[in-house]
Amino acid sequence: MAVPILKQGPFLIASIQSALTDTDLVQLRDALVGKVGSYRSRGVIVDVTALDVLDSFASRTLRDLAHMIRLRGAETVIVGIQPEVAFTMVRLGLTLEGVATALDLEEGLFYLNEKLSSSQQSTQ
Amino acid sequence: MNCESLVVDDVQLPISSDLDLVRAREQGRVLAGKLGFQQSDLTLVATAISELARNIVRYARRGEIILRQAQDGGVPGIVIIARDEGPGIPDVNRAMEQGYSTSGGLGLGLPGVRRIMDKFEIVSEVGKGTVVTAVKWKR
Repeated sequence: MAVPILKQGPFLIASIQSALTDTDLVQLRDALVGKVGSYRSRGVIVDVTALDVLDSFASRTLRDLAHMIRLRGAETVIVGIQPEVAFTMVRLGLTLEGVATALDLEEGLFYLNEKLSSSQQSTQ
Repeated sequence: MNCESLVVDDVQLPISSDLDLVRAREQGRVLAGKLGFQQSDLTLVATAISELARNIVRYARRGEIILRQAQDGGVPGIVIIARDEGPGIPDVNRAMEQGYSTSGGLGLGLPGVRRIMDKFEIVSEVGKGTVVTAVKWKR
């Protein structure tokens, strides 16, 4: 099941609607990495609000996604991790280390806008 | 709901594909829900099932997961049996040491499952297969 990816200005928003298979997740990863190039995006938001399980594979894939996208010059924010999911991740030791997270879409956009404007300032 | 009197049949889930993982997680959540588990534990159970089911698909290609109700002095629990006739794990002790380390969990995820479940048992024989049995009690 393909995850809808929307372009919002310089950003891409991937809004996961339902449970994803491992294959779906990998496809999402690759789609986002590709689209960062075709849209010349500066940031990506992956909204995982609808995911009721974030296991080791999902965690690893999201981390890889963020790192791949950073290599392509853009920033990723994972948003919408639910409380019970956060609890399980911590118990399992899945930290999403090195990956930015935010509470929800609004906070994620705020974060990306801040990042974008501060990087623009530093080049002036 | 009086959980002591609730009797739930075994749920038998064949595992051989990506989609089976999603289904198994859901079924685990449903059964634990019927037994009255709290929200966070529903997710723990679903996640443990996800890890075990993935191992089956990755290493054995096919197997099954059985979800069973357990009872301990009036406290209900859920038993997850993950079984396959795959290659087996040559060094179970080593597999249990690999964890979600900085490498991001390239192992079998078994230490993580053991950490979040209340009881954990693994029997594996090279050339024969693997059976993981894990239990989570209602809190």
